[in-house]
Amino acid sequence: MLSRTSLGVIAAAFFGAVLIGAPAIAADEAPAASAHEAPIPPRNDWSFAGFFGKYDQEQLQRGFQVFREVCSNCHSAKHLAFRNLADPGGPQFSEAQVKALAAQYKIKDGPNDAGDMFERPGRPSDYWPWNFANDNAARTANGGGLPPDMSVLAKARGVKRGFPWFIFEALPGVAYQEQGADYIVALMNGYRDNAPAGEKLDGAQNWNDYFPSHKILMPKPLSDGQITYADGAPQTAKQYSQDVAAFLMWMAEPKLDQRKKTGFRVLFVLFILTGLLYATKKRLWSNVAH
Amino acid sequence: MATQTAEPTRRDMLYIATGAAAAVATGAAVWPFIAQMNPDASTLALSSTELDIGAIPEGQIVTVKWRGKPVFVRHRTKKEIDEAEQVPLAQLPDPATDQSRVKKPEWLVVIGVCTHLGCIPLGHQGPYDGWFCPCHGSVYDTSGRIRQGPAPRNLDVPDYAFLTDTKIKIG
Amino acid sequence: MSGPSTYVPKSAIGRWFESRLPVMGLVHSSFVAYPTPKNLNYWWTFGAILSFMLGAQIVTGVVLAMHYTPNTGLAFDSVEQIMRDVNWGWLLRYLHSNGASMFFLAVYVHIARGMYYGSYKAPREVLWLLGVVIFLLMMATAFMGYVLPWGQMSFWGATVITNLFSAIPLVGDTITTWLWGGYSVDNPTLNRFFSLHYLLPFMIAGVVVLHVWALHVVGQNNPAGVEIKDVEKDSVPFTPYATLKDSVGISAFLILYCWFVFFVPNYLGDPDNYINANPLQTPAHIVPEWYFLPFYAILRAIPSKLGGVIFMFGAIVMLVLLPWLDTSRVRSAVYRPVYKVLFWCFIACVIGLGYLGSQPPEGGAVLAARILTAFYFIYFLVLLPLLGLFETPRPVPASIADSVLEGGAAEPGRA
Repeated sequence: MLSRTSLGVIAAAFFGAVLIGAPAIAADEAPAASAHEAPIPPRNDWSFAGFFGKYDQEQLQRGFQVFREVCSNCHSAKHLAFRNLADPGGPQFSEAQVKALAAQYKIKDGPNDAGDMFERPGRPSDYWPWNFANDNAARTANGGGLPPDMSVLAKARGVKRGFPWFIFEALPGVAYQEQGADYIVALMNGYRDNAPAGEKLDGAQNWNDYFPSHKILMPKPLSDGQITYADGAPQTAKQYSQDVAAFLMWMAEPKLDQRKKTGFRVLFVLFILTGLLYATKKRLWSNVAH
Repeated sequence: MATQTAEPTRRDMLYIATGAAAAVATGAAVWPFIAQMNPDASTLALSSTELDIGAIPEGQIVTVKWRGKPVFVRHRTKKEIDEAEQVPLAQLPDPATDQSRVKKPEWLVVIGVCTHLGCIPLGHQGPYDGWFCPCHGSVYDTSGRIRQGPAPRNLDVPDYAFLTDTKIKIG
Repeated sequence: MSGPSTYVPKSAIGRWFESRLPVMGLVHSSFVAYPTPKNLNYWWTFGAILSFMLGAQIVTGVVLAMHYTPNTGLAFDSVEQIMRDVNWGWLLRYLHSNGASMFFLAVYVHIARGMYYGSYKAPREVLWLLGVVIFLLMMATAFMGYVLPWGQMSFWGATVITNLFSAIPLVGDTITTWLWGGYSVDNPTLNRFFSLHYLLPFMIAGVVVLHVWALHVVGQNNPAGVEIKDVEKDSVPFTPYATLKDSVGISAFLILYCWFVFFVPNYLGDPDNYINANPLQTPAHIVPEWYFLPFYAILRAIPSKLGGVIFMFGAIVMLVLLPWLDTSRVRSAVYRPVYKVLFWCFIACVIGLGYLGSQPPEGGAVLAARILTAFYFIYFLVLLPLLGLFETPRPVPASIADSVLEGGAAEPGRA
């Protein structure tokens, strides 16, 4: 009979060979497959990352400006209501600012008593209007591509780093949930003037290092000096992209501040409760051999 | 009573602390499950309605929906106003002057829900030409006050304001 | 649940009620006086943790159903409304979505514990089979629940899994159409999945009652794998001893659960599910939730549609047959040196399958998945039956009390 140790060694070797060896053989077979893979977006230093992270109100206000002046020309944001811009944990504009902002937009309403649809000034309870009547109208106006809705985009673009690194993204201290915002920054700054040699772009396509197929219909949206910030922040494409990515993250996860604050309290109470229960259990069982 | 009480042991203190911590944690955890049934943010944001009253002819009642309920906006005639103002308060089950129920005498704005059990009264009906509730026969006058029947209160007046002479905002 | 109780209520009203409906006696005999082996380790608290998770999922689920709309045009938006506008809606939804993962994590630990200590062996076969039924119901519930947010993964997961039934010869397409209520996954599918997702947890709760009943008839297994012989020496009353220890387990598990809910709530989900379902565009990689990955890997490892489906369900049939496939007369792996190594190989095999299930089915990943699938079935069908005949177990203690005196076995997680 084999000893337990040698059995264990044999087993470990077997599983190691299966899990590492077989895919390695396959990688040799198909080296071309990875050439098209977009690289993992580099990380940014986000105020809302980590255990104590929270949104930077001024950054969200700047990000909103970028969203409003640039993105929202083509993209929708169906779940963003004007009133949200005054919510705690967000850009937190004043109620009056939000009211004035909403009134600048025309909202389709109706039907009125005559049965007609009509336009009226927006109210804080209205949702962010879109420049297009429907998806098809947006496609036609954008070279056949549908600009995706931005409401939860920052959560829909999370890029996983793959096994085994992604495991660490769950662990306290190194947990990371901001891949979507990183992707947006990388995409904004990932445009190249020309496609690399051997690649052909059709029609309205542009080359972007971080877009999954690299061929993206959206033209480079942000350039240095394009938007005038009132608060003196640098007016560079990099800054714009980080600000708008933070804003999109807030739009996708508007309760993040409340979530982390509540979570901190919940964990605090749970640690105390678990400690007390454990001490109680220890004492109760102290007279039982077990 | 204190004479019989033994000194609490450390064991008791531990049990009490554990029990208390568990009770506090459970209590706090229950709150979100209760609070979720309150009106959500989008409902709260929709709590006012604007109405153009310029086109409502004298004598007519317009019904608008506000917070899911009907609101009657009645452009009262001179006769209806006089009737409403001249009723002695002693005759009313729920005494209130007509002046206290309107902002401008020509315009009566009331929530169109019978104060008895929540049915919607019919306009221009009943002995006082106000409202008549088909469910249990409550009768309201041209000021929306209860005059006969089982309803305990006058029709409620919502918060509203004249934005202009022809425009009101309810809520 | 273990026979007539000797419980006598202290108050007159209590006695009056008890003689008409002896519910307090039932509770007392099942959860207070019930003799619990005194050598249980913390792995045994996962039963209580699972009961807690079932309750948590039902409560958060009932509350979410107050705000959710099962309509293809509104489902995605209603979930977003829950996340944004409903008071504490984000918390309730994250509790429920991460709760599903925690439920499966706990059930896998619970199953592995049962396998390690031979808890499926006579006289506990029915107890084990009821557990397999619960596991199947959990998978059905989780699958249908994942469809409800109507994101891209919801839609394509539903499409892929319901299409499995089309592999059935002759009637496959008829069954699939019947499941869908149409010619593809669409509004009727979503609506019925919502109905069933609401129903099944209560069926789980019913089978859990049977599971606990069966447990209390045969008594708990324990790390030594020997039965209680002397109630005084071998066991402690369930309350307060086991209840308090279970509370420690639940509270510690809650820390893990809440870490995910509050700090990495989307870690276990797929980003593609934040995109509204689009029947005209399949995501680049369709991956089920992590708890289905080993089965998904087995499905893809077999190069035939029907074969894949048969092997995938066969993987669960192995669990059904387990009590009769393991021929050893010794229960606990503590006294089975070779089985102990094989058990960890099996765990490694399942984790490996899970990893491969998450990878694109290309080249070597397919080969590796086939090797591990083969091992999975060989483990149950060949190794376990033979091992019982050839393995020389270590001497088993005469009683639980003896096992404790010997210092127990060198166990993980003992306290």
